[in-house]
Amino acid sequence: MLDTMNVSYDTLIPNNVGLSNDRRVLKALEKWHPGYINWWKDLGPEGFQDSLVYLRTAVSVDPKGWAKFDHVRMPDYRWGILLAPQVEGRTIPCGEHYGEPVWQEVPGEYRALLRRLIVIQGDTEPASVEQQRHLGKTAPSLYDMRNLFQVNVEEGRHLWAMVYLLHKYFGTDGREEADDLLNRRSGSEDAPRLLGAFNEQTPDWLSFFMFTYFTDRDGKMQLESLAQSGFDPLSRTCRFMLTEEAHHMFVGETGVGRVIERTCQRMNEAGITDPTDINAVRELGVIDLPTIQKKANLHYTLSLDLFGAEVSTNAANSFNWGLKGRYREHKLEDDHQLKDATYPVLEFRDGQIERTDAPAISAINMRLRDDYSDDARGGVKRWNQILAKHNIDFELTLPHEGFNRQIGTFAGAPITPSGEVVTAEEWQKRRDEWLPNSADGDFVHSLMKPVWEPGKFADWIAPPKVGIDSQSGDFEYVKIHMA
Amino acid sequence: MSALFKQHLIDPELCIRCHTCEDACTIGAITHDDVNVVVDAQKCNGCLDCIAPCPTGSIDNWRVVDQAYTLEEQLGWMELPEQQVFSAVEEQESSISEEEAGDEAIAALLAEAHSGAGGRVRAPESAAKPMVNLYSRKKPAKAVVQGNYRLTAEGEDTDIRHIILDLGGTYFPRLEGQSVGIIPPGVDADGQPHVPRLYSLSSPRDGERPGVNNLSLTVKREEQGLCSNYLCDLQRGEEVQVVGPFGSTFLMPEDPQARLVMICTGTGSAPFRAFTMHRQRTQPQAQDSMLLFFGARSPDSLPYFGPLKKVPDSFLHKHFAFSRMSDQPKAYVQDKLRESADLVANAMSDPHTYLYVCGLKVMEVGVEQALDDIARQHHLEWDTVRARMREEGRYHVETY
Repeated sequence: MLDTMNVSYDTLIPNNVGLSNDRRVLKALEKWHPGYINWWKDLGPEGFQDSLVYLRTAVSVDPKGWAKFDHVRMPDYRWGILLAPQVEGRTIPCGEHYGEPVWQEVPGEYRALLRRLIVIQGDTEPASVEQQRHLGKTAPSLYDMRNLFQVNVEEGRHLWAMVYLLHKYFGTDGREEADDLLNRRSGSEDAPRLLGAFNEQTPDWLSFFMFTYFTDRDGKMQLESLAQSGFDPLSRTCRFMLTEEAHHMFVGETGVGRVIERTCQRMNEAGITDPTDINAVRELGVIDLPTIQKKANLHYTLSLDLFGAEVSTNAANSFNWGLKGRYREHKLEDDHQLKDATYPVLEFRDGQIERTDAPAISAINMRLRDDYSDDARGGVKRWNQILAKHNIDFELTLPHEGFNRQIGTFAGAPITPSGEVVTAEEWQKRRDEWLPNSADGDFVHSLMKPVWEPGKFADWIAPPKVGIDSQSGDFEYVKIHMA
Repeated sequence: MSALFKQHLIDPELCIRCHTCEDACTIGAITHDDVNVVVDAQKCNGCLDCIAPCPTGSIDNWRVVDQAYTLEEQLGWMELPEQQVFSAVEEQESSISEEEAGDEAIAALLAEAHSGAGGRVRAPESAAKPMVNLYSRKKPAKAVVQGNYRLTAEGEDTDIRHIILDLGGTYFPRLEGQSVGIIPPGVDADGQPHVPRLYSLSSPRDGERPGVNNLSLTVKREEQGLCSNYLCDLQRGEEVQVVGPFGSTFLMPEDPQARLVMICTGTGSAPFRAFTMHRQRTQPQAQDSMLLFFGARSPDSLPYFGPLKKVPDSFLHKHFAFSRMSDQPKAYVQDKLRESADLVANAMSDPHTYLYVCGLKVMEVGVEQALDDIARQHHLEWDTVRARMREEGRYHVETY
């Protein structure tokens, strides 16, 4: 256990921000740290705080130093503050300050919006740890359990990264915001997390894989746009976080892929050729493909809501002020100010879906969401390759962006996954065709039995093709010691 | 047929297209389309910087080929191709290993040796493309001792040797500034074969004499040193196991305008001998473009003192610092740097200057201080100058 009284913070917090020479911030973090550890113990992975987990720890940002693997207890994980190296001569990549040198300090006039952006990003990090805290107990293998915990500790590190920025650059308000990040709770009535998808439950492992695939991918896109920020410390922070975020995408994409793979294998073994014969497939103890499609529909649409309204003044300001760029802004070839540019935006008006051209600068959210959808489609294509390889006649798709939405122009619109507008009654009547219902949830839940023997996997999921850190198949990724 | 080599490939079945490798690659060797992320064999230098950040392990794939898979071929893949079968003779001739991408222990050693640069280092932009990790511990190259000459005077305490290894017909591409590993025979206390020890090449890429497939090492005999004693005692004709080559940043620029400032002690002179010889062969007419600061106890213990003296000062401007001369006050390389402050400061401000430090770790502090002082006297800030030089592949440290 950590002795917070005698901790040498200088060595405890791996950092490349010169923490030992910054007494003020070091002191602020020292004060924040015990609260963080308490939060981790109360709301981090339940029941595994004393287990030894084979984790990757970043101790520096160069390729040789950021992937050190070892068995550690999660509360002893070295949450560090690591920023990608400063790029000399970097200039503001977009908006009215385009081409000016980036800011090393917070520009006064944008302080409030910048703080808001950091707080929203920061709030999602502990939220997902809270959402996933019960999953360890039903892990389908030690490999998967380890991946879950790796995602969790890295979300914790991302919280640290945002908290560092708040402490370092935002004075008293920053400190208060940092404290509040530990006070809000996912799903709480009184103090919920700031964004809707982060107050939903993650009840089972298929949901976890879908969440890391779809919702963490929203996180990736947000980080990508913040990595373009003219506020250089934020950009550098996010650039390094993206390197870690890639692992979360990996867990999601391969997790869903392995579920599909196992379903295909079992169907072929049993000679079932009709993927919609749900009962027959479920009797094999694997998850039927229509249910996987429904889960994807749910998580994809919840994640689309995270991008906010299609047309947004806040988003326009963030871009114009150089606080947030577009996806891969530095690789785009235009004026980077969007002075006269337009962008096609979908609108739901008078019961119709219409495409109109909006000023590109106010459609920043829409554009990022489109980039997100393109990115998300890549994995779906891979999943379909697995189906094709097993000769299973089924195709997974992403639903229309108007389907099942709560935020933006499509909020509450009765649109089917294929993009057809129907009546509200019909939509309600057919809801269970498209989204998981409680029976689907119960079935998936019934499969969630822990498999903790090294090298063994639950029967509803295929083993991975390669181990983490090239470890062999029977490697003990988690040495379980129940608290 | 052309020579076999090991091509770096990404497994499309495992890759999740997160592009982390692409961001980690400083030379733009990794690219992608909507479907696949691929490595350009024309650009990849095998530095392995992309391996650790990959979350999937898809990046760590290699195929021995006689002709590289093109980008177009790779972009069309759904899965990796099988390893082609080459005849045993061909494989033996090329002695390429498939089982490991590189040796982590060696990568760590090199990273430690380069840490004195104070940040991420890059190869000079105009440097030739190095090949690395061609021969591993499991399949080392075999070389035969062609010569073993003592460089320090008989009677001197220090025994430094120039050892020439003949590579025969073995394909072993190498560049000045790279290192090779030597595996001492026998096993360690755990019964395992010894790990290789690293030595900088002191010969240029095309051999001790142009077109001869041999290489040379500068080795100091260390008391209790397992490998150094093994090497220093080698007799002509003996066979040696060599791995490598290693190192993809401490390289010399090919740009004819480049000025080289080389600071070394003892066997740290090895890469600078190679640099100098390469320049002599490629730009014999060059003037005032190479500066050498070289420290040793005395002329008798300074490797290559005789041959160095024969190189005209107009080609290689030499400053020797001797710390154990009975008739002179002690002088170290940093003192010689200070004596030539104007010259050094002028070089610092020149965007064509490449600065190299090589030798024992203990020399770093003194050299850094001298450079810092010189910069300040000339209204420059060394930290800033150094950061820019490093970023542009113009500042290199290799100390051990």
